[in-house]
Amino acid sequence: MKIWINNKEYEAEPGESVLEVAIRNKINIPHFCYHEDLPVGASCRTCLVEIKDTGKIVTSCTLKAENGLKVSSETEKVKRLRLKNIELLLANHYKNCPKCQQGLFCPVAKEAKEYSASMTKYDNPEKKSEVHNIGGAIEFDPRLCIACNKCVAVCKKLGIGILEMKGKNIDNHATINQDRNIDCIYCGQCTVHCPVGAIREKSEIESVERALNDDNKIVIAQMAPSVRASIGEEFGLPVGTDLTGQIYTAFRKLGFDKVFDVNMGADITTIIEAEELIERIHNNKNLPMFTSCCPAWVKFVEFYHPEIIDNLTTARSPQIHAGAAYKTWWAKKEGIDPKNIVVVSFMPCTSKKYEAHSEKFKVDGLSPVDYVLTTREFATLLRKQSINISNLESSEVDTPGTFSGAGVIFGASGGVMESALRTAYNKMTGKDLNKLEFEEIRGIEGIKKASIKIGEKTLNVAVVSTMKNAKKIIKEMNKYDYIEVMACPGGCIGGGGQPIPTTLRITKKRAKALYSIDSKMKMRKAHENPIVKDFFDNLPDSDREKILYTTYSRKNKFE
Amino acid sequence: MNIIEKIERAGLVGRGGAEYPTAKKWQDVRLAPGDQKYVICNASEGEIGLFKDIFILENYTEQVVRGMILALEYLETKDAFFNINEKYYHQIESKILKIIDKYNQQGYNIQFFIEEPSYIGGEETALLNAIEGKRTEPRLKPPYPSIEGLYGKPTLINNVETFYNVACVDDNTFSATRFFSISGKIKNPGVYQLPDDITIEKLLKETNNLPDFDFFVQIGGSASGLVLNKEQIKEQKMIGAGGLEVYDKTTPPKDVVLRWLKFYQKESCGKCTPCRVGTYQLYNLVKNNSEIPWSEVFEILETLKETSFCALGKSVEVPITSYYKNVL
Repeated sequence: MKIWINNKEYEAEPGESVLEVAIRNKINIPHFCYHEDLPVGASCRTCLVEIKDTGKIVTSCTLKAENGLKVSSETEKVKRLRLKNIELLLANHYKNCPKCQQGLFCPVAKEAKEYSASMTKYDNPEKKSEVHNIGGAIEFDPRLCIACNKCVAVCKKLGIGILEMKGKNIDNHATINQDRNIDCIYCGQCTVHCPVGAIREKSEIESVERALNDDNKIVIAQMAPSVRASIGEEFGLPVGTDLTGQIYTAFRKLGFDKVFDVNMGADITTIIEAEELIERIHNNKNLPMFTSCCPAWVKFVEFYHPEIIDNLTTARSPQIHAGAAYKTWWAKKEGIDPKNIVVVSFMPCTSKKYEAHSEKFKVDGLSPVDYVLTTREFATLLRKQSINISNLESSEVDTPGTFSGAGVIFGASGGVMESALRTAYNKMTGKDLNKLEFEEIRGIEGIKKASIKIGEKTLNVAVVSTMKNAKKIIKEMNKYDYIEVMACPGGCIGGGGQPIPTTLRITKKRAKALYSIDSKMKMRKAHENPIVKDFFDNLPDSDREKILYTTYSRKNKFE
Repeated sequence: MNIIEKIERAGLVGRGGAEYPTAKKWQDVRLAPGDQKYVICNASEGEIGLFKDIFILENYTEQVVRGMILALEYLETKDAFFNINEKYYHQIESKILKIIDKYNQQGYNIQFFIEEPSYIGGEETALLNAIEGKRTEPRLKPPYPSIEGLYGKPTLINNVETFYNVACVDDNTFSATRFFSISGKIKNPGVYQLPDDITIEKLLKETNNLPDFDFFVQIGGSASGLVLNKEQIKEQKMIGAGGLEVYDKTTPPKDVVLRWLKFYQKESCGKCTPCRVGTYQLYNLVKNNSEIPWSEVFEILETLKETSFCALGKSVEVPITSYYKNVL
């Protein structure tokens, strides 16, 4: 069917709202509480349109497309009412927003400017509560909250529910649920759904800048697989643009001394995890084995399901493996005192901050990773230096960052398992796979199941994302041998530290970019990585435990 | 004649304020598919200037409950909730519990939901959320409660007075009257049962409340009600939930408006922007200026009227605009 928006005709699907049609056709209608993956809340009242026939003002998020419907988002009345609601909504934004205060790029300020809305015309009462620090990964400033409910809705949808709306009238805002049986897993999906930066990553930009300015430090940048397929969105490039080479150049321009890649760490993780899987299958012990490279999932197990702790792989995660490799194997080779090395991870994730700060990963007293910046913080860092990544030439990773295609696909749900299976196949059968792609465990679906034949053995596997789905799979875990779990929808590529907006549709396109990188690479199996081989060859047996493996323990709320 | 024909013939409309035809509402729920259906009696009465529901509950308890039973029979269900303002509950507890116990022993399942006194409880879908233990805020409509109400099941929600009227209709004692809550600067405040088509002026006269000073009135309720001058009340009949408040015309406009805004900014559920922030800003605009800054006030009022999520936010402009137009 056809509808008219601002005198232009557009095709609409049955059941679609006018706002959905507008978004699909890149017509700018402001909205703060709408998110295509969440139930419509219709509370911000800014996505207004006027219906031509009746002159009625309605929210386009609730207005269903009907054949012949004519609406306008640009009548004088709509403009007037919309402006008022934006000004009421952002009454407290400017005075409490650290980005606006520092003159940094704030998407809210951009939106306010676009609609000539004042952010200082109205003044709301100051909420007394201070900025909450959540696990060193996330911070929440209730003063900036506009009660859009998206963080609450997404947290509930994903199966946690640590956030709730509280308070009547002007006091209504998101708060942290005090129920002792509910805990945050630091996945950061609230931060990637917050339209105003009230819930955001705990920023480590200043610490990174300090390290970069310290001549005594060797500062290493390493990025997670997913960052290369999403940072472009922050600079207006099409979703799914691979900027691997441009990012390396950007790291160098920012002053990083060495440019490595978390993908190399992923190759280490793959080998350790594949070995452990084979061993557990051989001994028929602690099966199914669950992946553990998602710290939010690990926190979920440690808080909600400590009874399955023994089922988690004891392999550390890629950023931790890589960081420890730099501070031991690489430092020794280069004759550098590891105390002078600062490792900065660029991750699509907030829980990686929590992971990096964990005491248990320290090797000889040093944290493998010193700081973690999200994709969004990376964009801020670049903007501060006026670096537009889309204009940069491509360059190569430094040799110690060499990685396989299997490392790249870690970013997509199913990728960790696919990578591990490529290597496990080789180790179990002594042969190489003819076809590397495991199509049945790829894709955006929250639960994927497959039976995979490796030699004589058939492995029953499952790949899940979000804790809602993890709960379901835990109930039937005895049916499986190996289960990959990621907290964020679609895996890290849809992570809580990714650019705003992140939707399932966007996540799908980003994931495609990762699989495309893998498909074009010559080296597509972790165990073929010569750098990783060299690392293992030089790893003393006595160091294996402290560098490669980890343990888990029951956790209390906010621990 | 069956009950629905009787209700239709009597022309009953909802007395919570929305005046929706009662027969139609009952039929909507009856026709809605589903094995489980609910009946809710709403005694929230959270608006200032309204107190007829508690009067009816105190004086006609039996009839109100019987109205609910008639609805349960018509809908072939046993499950009902009595949503009651906490203050009211303590006033009628002993009386009503006896009656409800009697019916519950006959196999009905009528439960009380004791509500913290609020204005938003008058909004049907917010009430449903409250009973379900969710945040007390309105739901998106459609779906309407008659199709997807309490716990997603078809639900009939009627006001206390409506159920009372249903019982009278069933007894053939209904006589086209309604209950008026009369308050303000008058001699004989209280609840009066009089013909529903009486003019406001006549209502004041018959209750011996016609002021001998310059005055204006607000009808429907003392927050969302319409403000009229003393000329306009000659023809005007009662609307909404039947409240009538008399104001002294010499009361400073700031005091008059501030009372409404104080109520609205306190009672806003906080869901939508214009009502949550708009009513707060309005209250402060009026409070912090010696004269009411009318143009700024009307800017926000228009936004409330045109863009609020529910009828409560949309109604904020009604008293202020009509006061400005009809009195000032």
